[in-house]
Amino acid sequence: MARALESLAALAVIGFARLVTGVRGNWRDCAPEARPRVYFANHNSHGDFVLIWTVLPPALRRVTRPVAGADYWTVRPLRRFFGDRVFRAVLIDRNPDTRKEDPIALMASALDAGSSLILFPEGTRNMSDEPLLPFKSGLYHLANARPQVELVPVWIENLNRVMPKGEFVPIPLLCTVTFGAPLSVRDGEDKDAFLGRARTALLGLAPEREGSR
Amino acid sequence: MTATEQTLALFGGIAVILVVASAIGFVLQRRYAAAGPNAVIENLNSRIKSWWVMVIAIGIAFAFGKAGVIALFGFASFTALREFVTLLSTRRSDHLALVIAFFVILPAQYYFIWVEWYGLYSIFIPVYAFLLLPIIAAARGDTKAFMPRVAEVQWALMICVFCVSHVPALLTLHIPGYEGRQLLLIAFLVLVVQSSDVLQYVWGKLLGRRKIAPLLSPSKTVEGFVGGVLSATAIGAALWWITPFSPWQAAAMALVINLMGFFGGLVMSAIKRDRGVKDWGQLIEGHGGMLDRLDSVIFAAPVFFHATRYWWAV
Repeated sequence: MARALESLAALAVIGFARLVTGVRGNWRDCAPEARPRVYFANHNSHGDFVLIWTVLPPALRRVTRPVAGADYWTVRPLRRFFGDRVFRAVLIDRNPDTRKEDPIALMASALDAGSSLILFPEGTRNMSDEPLLPFKSGLYHLANARPQVELVPVWIENLNRVMPKGEFVPIPLLCTVTFGAPLSVRDGEDKDAFLGRARTALLGLAPEREGSR
Repeated sequence: MTATEQTLALFGGIAVILVVASAIGFVLQRRYAAAGPNAVIENLNSRIKSWWVMVIAIGIAFAFGKAGVIALFGFASFTALREFVTLLSTRRSDHLALVIAFFVILPAQYYFIWVEWYGLYSIFIPVYAFLLLPIIAAARGDTKAFMPRVAEVQWALMICVFCVSHVPALLTLHIPGYEGRQLLLIAFLVLVVQSSDVLQYVWGKLLGRRKIAPLLSPSKTVEGFVGGVLSATAIGAALWWITPFSPWQAAAMALVINLMGFFGGLVMSAIKRDRGVKDWGQLIEGHGGMLDRLDSVIFAAPVFFHATRYWWAV
């Protein structure tokens, strides 16, 4: 019964995402494969991971978990249901002072259990006019903790126009989710070099069209 | 024949044509499979597939009568508007105007057609939306590129909602001696427009030499245009028995539909070129978007509606 409710809620979320955004996955430089991966994406909206989740084939979707802030996903019962049971998010306490568990260890153990992760390395939603904020170091530490896991850059286009900051009703617009070539940390590569390379790889997937913002 | 018998005969005929077309496509694909992928044959087969989808969707809508047709074209408008607005250079401050366009103006337009309120649905978007949306945009206080933004939103509504809604609006016409058959007017319009698209493509592939609009649409040729429009006009004349028109009148109407459809296709190509895209969207994998399927219907529908209303309806 609970399982059925969770599946139904997942289908409703996916159906709604498709109705509003007609979202299409563009597997440009990698194929959808069943292996532990970290999909790292640009972050403009609470709906970002839903779009990635929607374009994944169902078999991959079942084992792919978003990494999200515990402060947002645990405050209300409905959000808790979606965060815990539907999306099965790996919840991270974003405040280092109150944190009880190491976020990297939490993500690594989810990967060890066979899951893939959706990660937003900017750390927070990008409300600026820049296409992409500087990356936090989590991606680098996770890549070093589990060097065999592929890091796949994923560019989400247009969702920021569907529901800009401060608006409550989404407008329907076509969105695309583009998957780039997987990366991993090179021998001896330091943190800044790796994060710079990952950021460039992600920006390289953004379409160059005027009026995209 | 009764209206139902005519409808069944028409759909039966279309189904036979599509079965033959699918069989030809299948044989061509098998024969040339050894020579590697063939773009022309793949294009043909994907067109045939999208006609099947279109015919089945329209068939289901017809089975539900007026409600089905309004729901189908309302959905088409929604999808088309979603594609069109995606390419606009609107800003954050246009959000409310776009919310109103999608969730108030679009449903209202189809509601006015449902209640057959001709006096309102024929001016609602060109007058009231035209006045309301710039007021909302101005109230937000963002003056950057104000004129282009307001004009683009108005264009989106005119193309995707106003023009498309004139297809189901054909059901509201009262034509003496043609009661209960208005669905067939929709079938006439869609069949003539689609056959014109196809025949222009076929004549262009067979005889096409001189490009007719090289800057807009490099694949369109003078030979394709003339051959396609004339043969689709002949098809329109041959379909006179499903319309309130005589054969010559049906030919004249089909000619008007085909010319509007052709020029509508050029206008929509110009917009796509300007925005640097090949297709409006990807509704079905590889088949383009809703607007790629509807572009010629969009320009033909209001003109066909008003010509029919002026000369035949009471």
